[in-house]
Amino acid sequence: MMRRTRLATLGMWIASLVACVLVITHTRFVSDLSAFLPQAPNARQQMLVEQLRDGIIARLVMVGIEGADATERARLSRDLAASLRANPAFIGVQNGEAAVLARDQAYFFDNRYLLNADVTPQRFTTEGLREAIGASLDALSGDAGLMLKRLLARDPTGETVGLLEQFAGDSQPRSLEGVWAARDGSRALLLIQTAAAGSDTDAQAAAIANIRSAFDQLPDRQADARLVMSGAGVFSVSSRNTIESEISRLALAGTLLVVCLLLAVYRSPRLLILGLLPVASGALVGIAAVSLGFGHVHGLTLAFGTTLIGESVDYSIYLFIQRAGGRDPRNFWRIIGLGVLTSIAGFAALLFSGFPGLAQLGLYSISGLVAAALVTRFVLPLLMPQQIALRDLSGISGFLQNLFKHAHRLRLPLAIVLIAAAGLLWSRGDSIWSRELSSLSPVSKADQDLDHALRADMGAPDMRYMVAFTAKEQETALQGAEKLGAALQTLIAQNVIGGFSSPAFVLPSQEAQEARRMALPEEAILKNNLGAALQGMPLKAERLSGFLTDVERTRARAPLARADLNGTSSSLLVDSLLVKRANDYLVLLPLRATGSGPQSELIDTARVDQLLAGSGVAGATVIDLLEESTSLYAGYLHEAQQLAIWGGLIIIVLMLFALRSLPRALRITAPLVCAVLCVAALLALGGRQMTILHLVGLLLVMAVGSNYALFFDSGAQEGGTDAERRQTLVSLVVANLTTVSSFGLLGFSQVSVLSAFGTTVGPGAFLALIFSAILARKQNHAHTD
Amino acid sequence: MMPDLFRWSVALLISLFMASSQGAEWQVSELMQLLAQNKSGHAKFVEKKYIGIVEGAVESSGELFFTAPDKLEKRTLKPRTESITLEGSQLIIERPGKQRLSLNLQNYPEAAAFVESIRGTLAGDKTALEKVYKLSLSGNADKWQLILLPQFSRMSDLITRIRIIGSRADVSRIEFDLADGDRSEIIVTQMVQP
Repeated sequence: MMRRTRLATLGMWIASLVACVLVITHTRFVSDLSAFLPQAPNARQQMLVEQLRDGIIARLVMVGIEGADATERARLSRDLAASLRANPAFIGVQNGEAAVLARDQAYFFDNRYLLNADVTPQRFTTEGLREAIGASLDALSGDAGLMLKRLLARDPTGETVGLLEQFAGDSQPRSLEGVWAARDGSRALLLIQTAAAGSDTDAQAAAIANIRSAFDQLPDRQADARLVMSGAGVFSVSSRNTIESEISRLALAGTLLVVCLLLAVYRSPRLLILGLLPVASGALVGIAAVSLGFGHVHGLTLAFGTTLIGESVDYSIYLFIQRAGGRDPRNFWRIIGLGVLTSIAGFAALLFSGFPGLAQLGLYSISGLVAAALVTRFVLPLLMPQQIALRDLSGISGFLQNLFKHAHRLRLPLAIVLIAAAGLLWSRGDSIWSRELSSLSPVSKADQDLDHALRADMGAPDMRYMVAFTAKEQETALQGAEKLGAALQTLIAQNVIGGFSSPAFVLPSQEAQEARRMALPEEAILKNNLGAALQGMPLKAERLSGFLTDVERTRARAPLARADLNGTSSSLLVDSLLVKRANDYLVLLPLRATGSGPQSELIDTARVDQLLAGSGVAGATVIDLLEESTSLYAGYLHEAQQLAIWGGLIIIVLMLFALRSLPRALRITAPLVCAVLCVAALLALGGRQMTILHLVGLLLVMAVGSNYALFFDSGAQEGGTDAERRQTLVSLVVANLTTVSSFGLLGFSQVSVLSAFGTTVGPGAFLALIFSAILARKQNHAHTD
Repeated sequence: MMPDLFRWSVALLISLFMASSQGAEWQVSELMQLLAQNKSGHAKFVEKKYIGIVEGAVESSGELFFTAPDKLEKRTLKPRTESITLEGSQLIIERPGKQRLSLNLQNYPEAAAFVESIRGTLAGDKTALEKVYKLSLSGNADKWQLILLPQFSRMSDLITRIRIIGSRADVSRIEFDLADGDRSEIIVTQMVQP
């Protein structure tokens, strides 16, 4: 090669690396959960995903105080709440304290004539009053009578009770020592609303640290009292921490492993560094490509980078070991090229995935592998010594050759294993696939369990069913909620739903408030009507003077606004059900199932939809969150299955095209298909349900494994000397070891998406090599050896 | 004040009465054993509430069902139907045309203490009663009077005294004296002798 082209090649290589580094220094790295939340395909699902990510639910932190005794926990709960309320990082702190309960009661009682939909002009006529007061007197005879009597003097028409009945069925946390507690009384509970958005992971991390330090600073705290926390923000912070620590741990362990392995084989620091050049170049190009393509790089993509080490280092291994054996370079590059192409075919399928995380991984791997292969092809030969003096590998290679020589005898046992694996998979059917989105969650099982426990203790509604719509302004949003609320009442009467919540329960629209205010008569008229209504009733008008005063005061007052709710627990209700967004308001009306009958927890959404269609509120739909998320995931699984099938087909077509021989193509793909089947069967045997990530892992098994099969095949096909074949064998085994170990490392990760990859690709790559040895060699050739 | 004076004199009378009945050696535990033999019961009740603001008594009536050890159902038929069922710590309230309401009494300690006074007596559950009330018994097995006095201020802010009158294993009258001077009395007529 001419000196000029040599310099030009090296110059281009270095220039592109510098460019990559420049891009990377300007790259935003993220490590929240969003990459593995699917991009919702329809507007309704998108709305929900956004609401879950940015809405109030993402801002809630559930806090439990454990240890010590109930009295101490209650004191800590009160002190912690007081400390956090003084901190502007939190806009709401609730712990069931009597003070807040009293404010809640006062809000409903003081504003009863503005809040209650029963307030109509008719209600304050003589007839209306007689009926309403009669009902209140009847209610006194009931079991709640002794509680209700306290309201009678100022609220003889029973508006407060009517209001509170709207919340019947909403479960509240248990109260112990005057504050919220777990059902079994083992912990005190607080519900905290952060000022920062849930998607702002840094702010969430700061808020969590704030809560922790406030707790640590509480005076006279007993040593065994401790804090537990959960919530969307807590999850994103903890998974970010896990992901970040995993990335550095995996990258370090992966590099160390590969370095040790290569040093053991090469016994040459120079070859080691040369061997790592394609890996490093590939990683830089991969990160830069993702950064340019997506605008940011997800931490998980970096973690997957360790696997790239495993695959791209293979090229230099093949090069050094086989070149030392004096193999014909032209043929060698053709095989490497084909190997890269099949890998690209596998990863290309990922590019089309609806999961941004997988698409990033696809782009990262393709660009990284291409770069690694190009560096191996054009840069390494310029830098490596003309004569590679490898340590004498003939001992190992002889042993390996003996081992593999008889591999073809294992074809019958392999066939039996294969039939068993296929039979197992067939018998398990669809159950080998996990149907739940949460199976992709990087949150640990223990954290998820704590979340479930706290949620159940809080009596938090599961929010499975809800009616949703959007409106331009707060006023129209609330009017819509009122209109739908009236319609939903008929469904309660028909026993289709058990009840619902609405922001209008605590903050009616201005229009409704005005109408109610107008319905209240002047004092003189009311007094007159009341006197007439009380004729013959065991109640004297003189004792109801508080009623007249309260009505008169309501007539004169300003309408309620959001600010009036400050300090009550209802503020949380309004903020979570009336979500202010960039351009509009999202209104959510959670529905409760009837809780009785054979399907007590289910709601017939078709009936609700039918009602909504005639409600006059544009765009109101009923959403079954469980159904949506399950179908969303099922859609992605289906998509991934199709992509995997396409990826597999493309690999086979590539082989056919490159080898121009059906039997050879089949010999090469057969071991790969066998490896995939066996890994799937092993996962099923181990009780692991496969997720999208497992499926992608299987595709990688095909992509990586194809290299082994190609080399085995070419060794058999093109003759060559015995020494050459031995070198090929050694290079394959070393390459396989690096792949198996780097993917195997992922298998030990705590992040489920990473471990899914590791447990699939690690064993899969190993099996692919073994099966290639058994199947890819032509039988007659093996015999003549 | 008049009511206070009245209450004091009642208390005084009761304590005198209690003192005089000590000799009968009729112990709370004996009554409880007797009551604990009630495996089930079905009775009619008439409840009269005397509420300050309302003239005259607020009257209601219906039926009571008791199944040992812990199920109590109070079915009010007049003036409007309503049913409350207490089983374990679960209280279920049912009214026609209204949503069925299910409450866990653990969350409502005052209400729990209130209903426990009736259920605990019917079941002869001394331990449950003594958690909340101080018990004192007078009379004899054929005509006894059990007084429950709340032990904790949260409860005594609402109720000052509960008086239960009965004969052998049958309860015939329950009276609640509320802290604000209102009161309620329930007259029970057994329908099926156990």
